[in-house]
Amino acid sequence: MADTKLAFIVQRPPYKSENPKLAVTHAISYQTVEILLEDGETVTPTLCFIGEGVLACLKGQKAMEHYGITSTEMHVKSALLVDLNVLVCKEDIDRFGITEDKILDADDMGADKKIQVVPYDAIQKAIESANHVLFF
Amino acid sequence: MATLTIGIFSSLIGSMSFDFALKLAETAANKGHKVNLWLSGNAIGLVKNNQKHLKDYSTGEKPLKALLEKGVEVCTCEACTLARGIQKTDAIGGVQWNAMHWYLAKIHHSDRVLHIGGE
Repeated sequence: MADTKLAFIVQRPPYKSENPKLAVTHAISYQTVEILLEDGETVTPTLCFIGEGVLACLKGQKAMEHYGITSTEMHVKSALLVDLNVLVCKEDIDRFGITEDKILDADDMGADKKIQVVPYDAIQKAIESANHVLFF
Repeated sequence: MATLTIGIFSSLIGSMSFDFALKLAETAANKGHKVNLWLSGNAIGLVKNNQKHLKDYSTGEKPLKALLEKGVEVCTCEACTLARGIQKTDAIGGVQWNAMHWYLAKIHHSDRVLHIGGE
């Protein structure tokens, strides 16, 4: 009976590298990890976007139209749909001039979860409470 | 003895991160620790067989086979690998093919995790 808390920290911008997408898809895989664990064992990820990584949380990404690939927006929406906790750093979106109405949601997919825009202190707490921290 | 899981997302050629990870895995295994290696993103190039060791480039095939002989569990992300055109018939034997939850499950049972991100 144990839960492992993981903090996925995304600090790189989307599309420049594969990192943000891999962070999200790895975090989402917590949904199926139970097939490899014993009864009562769980993994709980928290997905945090900081620095240039916050750009992954913009709504209206056109990756399918321009690159023919699933957008990072769609991946993050899928994360919300499977009830992942997704945090984005308030100070960093402010630095980019991004207002909260530009942050994506997955309402159209029926997700209950929403991205939480939080001060960096809250992300620091998520890092400190995690058993392992994974930087992407 | 402890369990160490290393997630590698860096490419074999282009930085020394991969070489470091393989040497660390070998050292830990030699000390009797249980070691797991997860390969994702550009790191999956490690599993391709028939790598030619040119002196100007890092090489992974020989160290990987040595790690497998020591009992290190190595798993490649199946989607990442197939997307890069490597089939199981092209891959080094003994490497597991699985999805990302393999990495999370190994992390769950690990004492320490070293996550080496991609470029």
